[in-house]
Amino acid sequence: MRTLTGKRLALFLLLTPLLLYLFLLILLPHLEILNISLRERVSYGVYKFSLASYQEFFSEPLYWLTFLRTAVMSVLTTGITLVIAFPVAWYIAKVARGRSKSVLFLACLIPFWVSELVRTYGWMILLRETGIVSNLLQFIGVVDGPVELLYNDVTVMVGLVYTSMLFMVVPLVSTLEGLDDSMVEAAYDLGGNGWNALKEVVIPYAMPGIVSGCIVVFMLTLGNYLTPTLLGGKDSLWFTEQIFTQFITRFNWEQGSAFGILLLTLSSLMVWLGLKLSRQSFSETVGR
Amino acid sequence: MIASIPQSRAFQRTYKAYISIFFVFLMAPLVVVAAFSFNDSLFPSLPWQGFTLDWFFADNVERQGLFHDDKIMESLGTSILVAACVAILSVLLALSNAFLFERQNFRGKSFLYSLMLIPLVIPGVILGISILAFGSNVANGLEDNHGIELEFLRPGLTMVILGQFAFISTICTLVISARLRKFDIQLEEAALNLGASRFDVFRTITLPWLKPALIGSAIVAFLMSFENFNTTLVLVGSDAPLTITMFDRMREGSTPVLNAVSLLLMLASGALALLSIFVQRKEPGQA
Amino acid sequence: MTSEIDLSCRNINKTFDDFIAVRDVSFEIPRGSFFSILGPSGCGKTTLLRMLAGFLEPSSGDITIKGRSMLGIPPNKRPVNMVFQHLALFPMMTVAENIAYGLRRRKEKPAEIKRKVADALERVGLPGVGDRAISQLSGGQKQRIAIARCLVLEPDVLLLDEPLGALDLKLREHMKVELKKLQQAFGTTFIYITHDQSEAMVMSDNVAVMNSGRFEQVGSPQDLYYNPSTAFVAGFVGESNRFSGTVVSRAGNIVEVKTECGQHLHASERVDLNLASGQKVELFVRPEMIHLSREPQQSTDNSMTGQVENILFDGGNSRLLIRETSSGSEIQVVHPQTSEFSDINKGDTLFLSWKADQSHVFLDTNERGEA
Repeated sequence: MRTLTGKRLALFLLLTPLLLYLFLLILLPHLEILNISLRERVSYGVYKFSLASYQEFFSEPLYWLTFLRTAVMSVLTTGITLVIAFPVAWYIAKVARGRSKSVLFLACLIPFWVSELVRTYGWMILLRETGIVSNLLQFIGVVDGPVELLYNDVTVMVGLVYTSMLFMVVPLVSTLEGLDDSMVEAAYDLGGNGWNALKEVVIPYAMPGIVSGCIVVFMLTLGNYLTPTLLGGKDSLWFTEQIFTQFITRFNWEQGSAFGILLLTLSSLMVWLGLKLSRQSFSETVGR
Repeated sequence: MIASIPQSRAFQRTYKAYISIFFVFLMAPLVVVAAFSFNDSLFPSLPWQGFTLDWFFADNVERQGLFHDDKIMESLGTSILVAACVAILSVLLALSNAFLFERQNFRGKSFLYSLMLIPLVIPGVILGISILAFGSNVANGLEDNHGIELEFLRPGLTMVILGQFAFISTICTLVISARLRKFDIQLEEAALNLGASRFDVFRTITLPWLKPALIGSAIVAFLMSFENFNTTLVLVGSDAPLTITMFDRMREGSTPVLNAVSLLLMLASGALALLSIFVQRKEPGQA
Repeated sequence: MTSEIDLSCRNINKTFDDFIAVRDVSFEIPRGSFFSILGPSGCGKTTLLRMLAGFLEPSSGDITIKGRSMLGIPPNKRPVNMVFQHLALFPMMTVAENIAYGLRRRKEKPAEIKRKVADALERVGLPGVGDRAISQLSGGQKQRIAIARCLVLEPDVLLLDEPLGALDLKLREHMKVELKKLQQAFGTTFIYITHDQSEAMVMSDNVAVMNSGRFEQVGSPQDLYYNPSTAFVAGFVGESNRFSGTVVSRAGNIVEVKTECGQHLHASERVDLNLASGQKVELFVRPEMIHLSREPQQSTDNSMTGQVENILFDGGNSRLLIRETSSGSEIQVVHPQTSEFSDINKGDTLFLSWKADQSHVFLDTNERGEA
């Protein structure tokens, strides 16, 4: 039934769309921005090879400080999200039973199905000068007048953590669900305490989930634009804003591409580092 | 810790309280957005001025309700069009990829699989600018050298669709592949053995098996496209999808119309999400 | 049973790269008979079955069904149907839709399909379950639906790929009888592959014993049991005590063998092997062929004295492990639960004996390989 030619044909037919997609939408476009980032405009339509865009990045403090700031804040966001999400994931996976379990899990999913824009908008309404929190604080007498809670780094972090939460909770829940209760029981049985069991049994077991959650959260935070712009205001200094500015407002594609390549390098480096440190494989961690 | 291990009362109470606070944190922004769409005020903020449906239905100079706001309705239509195209394209490519990765063996398969996953770890902004740059380069090349003008390679809906398709199709591939992996190949052999042609087998056995994953991934693709912002913002032309329109409004200074749109989106995406969960859960009785 | 041949294979070979899965297999199956292929896992029986079904093409040789060659005919065009190892019932269809699947592919009329499905359900003893989902059936019911799904198409040959493997022991015993009855009721030729000798023996008219891609012996269950023609069959079918040794002498077809432990045993040479002195051989005697007694026996072909080392109690299937006094070798004997032997204890001395023609002798398989 399966003649060699028939099999070849099937392989060819299935391979074509994927290769077209990979080349036209992923590989060539990224080579293109790499190419653009490495050139300098001499006159209309005439370019020469140059590292000027990268030199500009390193000589202009605004650029590299923003880059550094974005990276550090993304790492912080990832860490905070993990710390907040872990007990919640544990609760959903191990403590909650039956109906309440699926309800809680669904509740974690809901914000994800709503546009990030709407979520951020919600935070704006809560935190603005005339917002709910400000009014609440005045009501209980903590402050005398309206307080502006928007447009600072803490707020940006709150928004980023909120937006990322789901991407941490879901992988954690799915790995923790695979953890056999008796493993924890065995840890206690063999003389461990709660902290011990957590450190030596639970966390190593949940490592694949932790890594894939952290990678996704880090990626999303690094590449986020909405939350820093809306919650951080004009001076939020997020690196993606720089890319947008160069590309859309200033039409300086060379500079924008260089920024893009730098951001891509950073994110690839962090993903690679995360995988190396935790000894996970890329396709298994991401392809979940 | 787990139920079988005794814990102090205080610990349990603290844990429960923590979980409750977490869910308040999770729901607060959404509840607030929804609530203020009914506030009888020009601004989505306190004080509460009473209940109104104006922000949905009113049509006057001071207040223009959601259903009479042409700009918003138009971009809603644009979003639906884009999302539908992205969903269809993504599911088709994902179906082909699933068969490629689950059913074929060839050299370089695992390398290609890793390559296929890469769009998931590329920030959306970069995906957007790279496709924008590449599209323009091709369009310029064709125009300068051959005099061919390909308008769709310039920022616009086609580019938005392609940009979103670039990473959403990967997610669909994962969903459909996972389902295909669970398929017992003996079912196809059994059907062949009972006299079905290759096409019959695909139509009557394999496709029905994949149906929940196909519908589920189409819904996921639709929703992800609908709410995508980063990639879209780079590639958008004159027809703005809803997220872009809302973003512009938000920066101009928001009115409760935005709350009304948001509530509508929440309800619609919630319904779609529930539908996708329902479809995927209602597995045909597995043996 | 008629002597018309339904299916015949001539010199079938199948190689995968450099591995030979099936080598030079030839057999014929008369219409309406129950034919089993028995062999350990990895012996090539599944490969052979898949060639019959058309999922694999033989590397050489010919398969004919009712005189028509099946080479190059795709599985969906062959007059054979198959009950798969895990049954492969379509989970997204009801019972009736499963049974109707093949009929619909033949584009039969809906009314006709309905009638045939009802009829098939009736014949497998499950009338009225047509609307149920597959997941609602028990293991035994699924089994019968899988068979009905094939038989409704009235195939020339029905192939069964270890379909009882997944069932628990009790149900498996029951289904053996059930399958045999179904086969007789439909009168269809069944080809059944299994690694379980009891399944093959109970149900089959003929059994082929397969080992490393080759048919070792084809015959009725009785034949295989009483007259194994190779050492493999003697060892694989039923249970046996096995002794390795060397031929000392022969008188007619009675061969005297000196075992490695130094016992002298006599066995009849069933197959014409022309064994000569000095050749290495293997000698088999079944635990149930050995006569037990508390008193020494007079003038039998083989006799031994030994102590009971262990009692392996298993109801009617109980065994004694006996250590022979002189050579120290161990031998298994059936422990009859009769009043005479029911009070046997560890350490008791017993006298064993059997006739030469109750045991078999074959050239040592390793020796044959070198020759």
